[in-house]
Order: sequence, then structure tokens, then C-alpha cells
Amino acid sequence: MRNCYAIYRKEMGHYFVSPLAYIVVGVFLILAGFFFSNILAVLIRQAFEASMQSMQFGGMAPIDVPSLVLRNFFGVLGSLLLFLTPMLTMGVYSEERKRGTMELLMTSPITDVEIVLGKFLASLTLFVIMLAPTALYQAYALWHADPVAPWRLLLSGYLGLLLLGGGLLAIGAFLSSLTENQLISAVLTFGVFLILWVIDFGSRGMGSDLGAVLEYLSVTRHYDDFTRGVVDTTAVIYYASLMLIGLFLTMRSLDSMRWRRA
Amino acid sequence: MIEVQDLTKSYGPVTAVDHISFTVKKGEILGFLGPNGAGKTTTMRILTGYLPATGGTAKVAGFDVFNDSMEVRRRIGYLPENPPLYTDMSVATYLDFVARIKNVSSADRARRIDAALEMTNITDKRDELIKRLSRGYKQRVGLAQALVHDPDVIILDEPTVGLDPKQIIEVRKLIKGLAGSHTIILSTHILPEVSMTCDRVVIINRGKIAAVDTPENLTMQLKGGERVHLEVKAPEKPLRDLLTQVVGVRRVSVESHGTAGRVSATVEAAEGKDVRSELAARVVGAGYELYELRGVSLSLEDIFLQLTTEDPALNQSANH
Repeated sequence: MRNCYAIYRKEMGHYFVSPLAYIVVGVFLILAGFFFSNILAVLIRQAFEASMQSMQFGGMAPIDVPSLVLRNFFGVLGSLLLFLTPMLTMGVYSEERKRGTMELLMTSPITDVEIVLGKFLASLTLFVIMLAPTALYQAYALWHADPVAPWRLLLSGYLGLLLLGGGLLAIGAFLSSLTENQLISAVLTFGVFLILWVIDFGSRGMGSDLGAVLEYLSVTRHYDDFTRGVVDTTAVIYYASLMLIGLFLTMRSLDSMRWRRA
Repeated sequence: MIEVQDLTKSYGPVTAVDHISFTVKKGEILGFLGPNGAGKTTTMRILTGYLPATGGTAKVAGFDVFNDSMEVRRRIGYLPENPPLYTDMSVATYLDFVARIKNVSSADRARRIDAALEMTNITDKRDELIKRLSRGYKQRVGLAQALVHDPDVIILDEPTVGLDPKQIIEVRKLIKGLAGSHTIILSTHILPEVSMTCDRVVIINRGKIAAVDTPENLTMQLKGGERVHLEVKAPEKPLRDLLTQVVGVRRVSVESHGTAGRVSATVEAAEGKDVRSELAARVVGAGYELYELRGVSLSLEDIFLQLTTEDPALNQSANH
């Protein structure tokens, strides 16, 4: 465990001095802020118009703006992650391979599990740091919300983001371990994420067995539940397995590095 | 301390290391000598647990490098061909990280880092970012990394590459100073390095061991005959005839310098014959001016070439 912490510390230190981490986090926060204010403005205007209409003609139920804002905003955050996590994970192993530091790690008295876990936890920490400011302004907006803020929705949304992020980071790290080239790793990761994203497009609502399987495999399907305030165990299990598969494959990949000509 | 038995490593059809066996005693410095691609790095990587062997066994301090990899790794300090540096770290941060993953206890860590900096003479660079250091300093940080946990066995893959002559001397001194308390294997293709630092040499060529011995013995064994170099002011032809007449001389080659009528001659004598005084007497007796006379011993370089160079032309003529 001490070794795991040593790796974690080193990775965090690396993020701290890496311009890439700052840029990715910065771009994420700018885009997230942009979408949040826009979603908020658009929905408030719509709600206002709707209430004007219902006052004139009567009958229509008022729009639950806070819930709608959250649902839309979490949806957008999920898509942003799809684009930005490959940048966070592309160097995790490929850079070590390129610099030759993998040789240092693999000839030190630490196990592959410790390397993989240390790196994964560090990337997850950075991910949480990246998300934290969005919680701040969401909470602030909800504080002033009327009708009452759907706090449950906020929590389930962040749980969903954390699980989605964990899964993507684990898969991204695995893909990064396959190559010495960061760019290849990023493109590969992005491609795999996109496939996981759209895998059920063709089969949506077809009702076939294959359609059900593809739907289960889609990263978005499960994430949508969380943005609606539903914490479904199927979804939790899905993301947990995504993470475990990613971590397991990374360990296999490190092991296989020993058998290849380095 | 290190026992290697029939070690073999093949990458598909290519055999990089072919049944090599050797042992290194505690406190000894063993030099690996061989041309590029001879299997030096592969052997070292197997010893450090980075690569698994295809066949044979290797033990470090009694632990098998494959089955007890962790025990072996704890006892080894390893400097790969390219120093494994995190260039965006400062030297001290980097060594602290390495000390941590090498299981140096927190109580010893600061002391061990200072010692490693001291030994490699980079104390003044401790807070500098590694990426701002020159090639030579980076190499020394790599060396410090291999020493930071005070390992019993130190494995150095071409430790003096990229250093300037002054640094090379320092590093060699450092390595010699580590011997005794540490067991060291170093690889190099610089021949004088081996004769200067190593107790024993393993010459590897194409994955096979060509010779194992002390640098002195290797030189002795392969010497074959004595060679003498002369510098004389004399006409070429008569000098050649004169030198050839000396008893025990096998071959004489004479070359003209063009400077003030001086010529240099190389005389090869039969094994065990010291012809130097006789040569001097003859030359002076004939009235020539003798400027220089010295014995030439076969350098490790010559031996290395003899052992590792295969001359296809020679093989052909031997077959016919």
C-alpha cells in the first residue's frame, strides 16, 4: 500500500506541474460554465413564457426549472468528459514507456497492482478536482431555486459522473499502456469512447436480444438514469465492471510488456 | 552473489542470449564487454527482473530472478541504458520517489538521498529540474537513482556514456569505491574502461560468451608473442636486414617517416623471447642513431577484436 501511495504521490505531482492537466481542466471548466449559464438562461425564458401562456389560456403545468437545468447540464457534462478524458489518460502509461521509466518501475520492488491502482486513483483525484467547481455553482444556483431544489438529483448526478469518469479513466489508462505514442493513445481512446457512446444507436427500441445487449453496453444509457435521479444497481454494476475490466486489462498489458521486446 | 546458469533468451527466432553461464562473487566488479547487439542489455534486464528468460536460471543473492523477483529487486540497483528519469521533477524529488518505491524507510530516506547525491557529486543540483540538466548530469542522476537504496548488487548498463572525460574518471572512481561492499556488473563497449575498473571481464558476442577472465590474464593469454617498436635514423633496407638477423625475431616491418631520415620499425619476436637489448646493441653497433625502443603489449582492444571479429575472408580460405 505504501508503494501504491508513492505512485499516487508521484502522479499527483506530475499533474500539478503538467501544463496539459491545467489546460484540460481549464477547458472543461470554461465549457461547463458556458453551458450551465446558457441552459439556465434558456430554461428560465421558456418557463417564463410557459407561465405567461398558462396565465392567459390556463391549464398547463408549470415547468420544474431546477430539475430540468440539472438534467440537461449533467447530460452536457457527460458528453464533455467523452472528449476530455482521453487527454487526461493518454500519457499515463505511454509517457512512462517512452521515457524508459517503465523500466524503473518494473525493476523496483513494487507490484503491477500497486502501479495500476496508484495511477488510477491519482487520475480519479484529478477528475474530482476538475468537477468540484461545477458543484459549487450548481449548489449556488439551487440555493435560490424555486420550486425547491432537487438535491437528490444533484447527488445522483455526481455519483453518475464519478462512475462514468472512473470507467472512462480505467479504459483510457489501459489503451495508453498499449503504445509509446501519446497521440495514438489519445485517438484510440477517443475512438473506443465514441463506440461505447453510440453502440446502441442502430438497435434502439428494436427489442431484439442483440439490441438489449448493445443497449446495456452503451455508456450513455446508464448515465441517463443518474441524470434523472435514478440510482439503478444495474448502472452501478455496469460502471464498476467497466473500471475493473480497465484495471485488469492494464495489469495484463503491463505483464505482457515483459514478454515483448522492449 | 550472482549465479547465471545456461541463461537463454530468444525473441521468436532470434536468440539474443544463448546459454551463457557465469558467476560473480560478493564485492567483485564484473565487466560485460561486447559489440552492440551482443546481448549485454538483455542479460542485465533478465538479472533485474525486467525480462523473463526463455531458459536457464539466474540467481541474485540466492534468490531466483523469476520466482523471487521481489526479493531480487529489493537488492538490486539498476541503471538502464537510458537513465529512467522523470524530467519534470527536481533531482531531490525524483530521488525521494525512487527511494520510496525501493522501500527505503522514511527514517533513512533523507540520509540515503543525501548520500546518493554526495556519491555522484550532484549535491549542488538537488533542487534543479532534471530537464534543465546537461546529459552528463542526467547520467549521474541516473546513477544516484541506482544507489539511493544502498543495494547489495548494482547493475549499470553503459554508465559512462555521455559523460565528459573528467566525469568519466569520477564515475570510474566511484564504481571502484563501491566495490567490496557492493557487487557490481557493468557493461561497456569502451575497452579501457574494463581494464581500469573491472576485476573480471566477460566478453559477449552474438549472445555467447567468448571469454571470461581478468583483464590481465586475457591480455597475457592472447599475446602470443612480444612486439617491439623502434625509432631509428637509418636507411630502410639495411635496417630491415639488420633486425631480421637477430635470433628470435619472426617478422620485421619498417616504415619511413620522411622526417630527417628517421624510420619506425615494428619487430615481432617469438613467444617468451625478450629481444630488446639485442636489438638495441645491433642498431647502435651498426652506427645508426636510436631514438626510441619500447615493448608493445597487445591491448584489450586487440583481444576484443580477435575474439569478436569474424573475418569472412579468413573463413573462406580456411575452408579451401
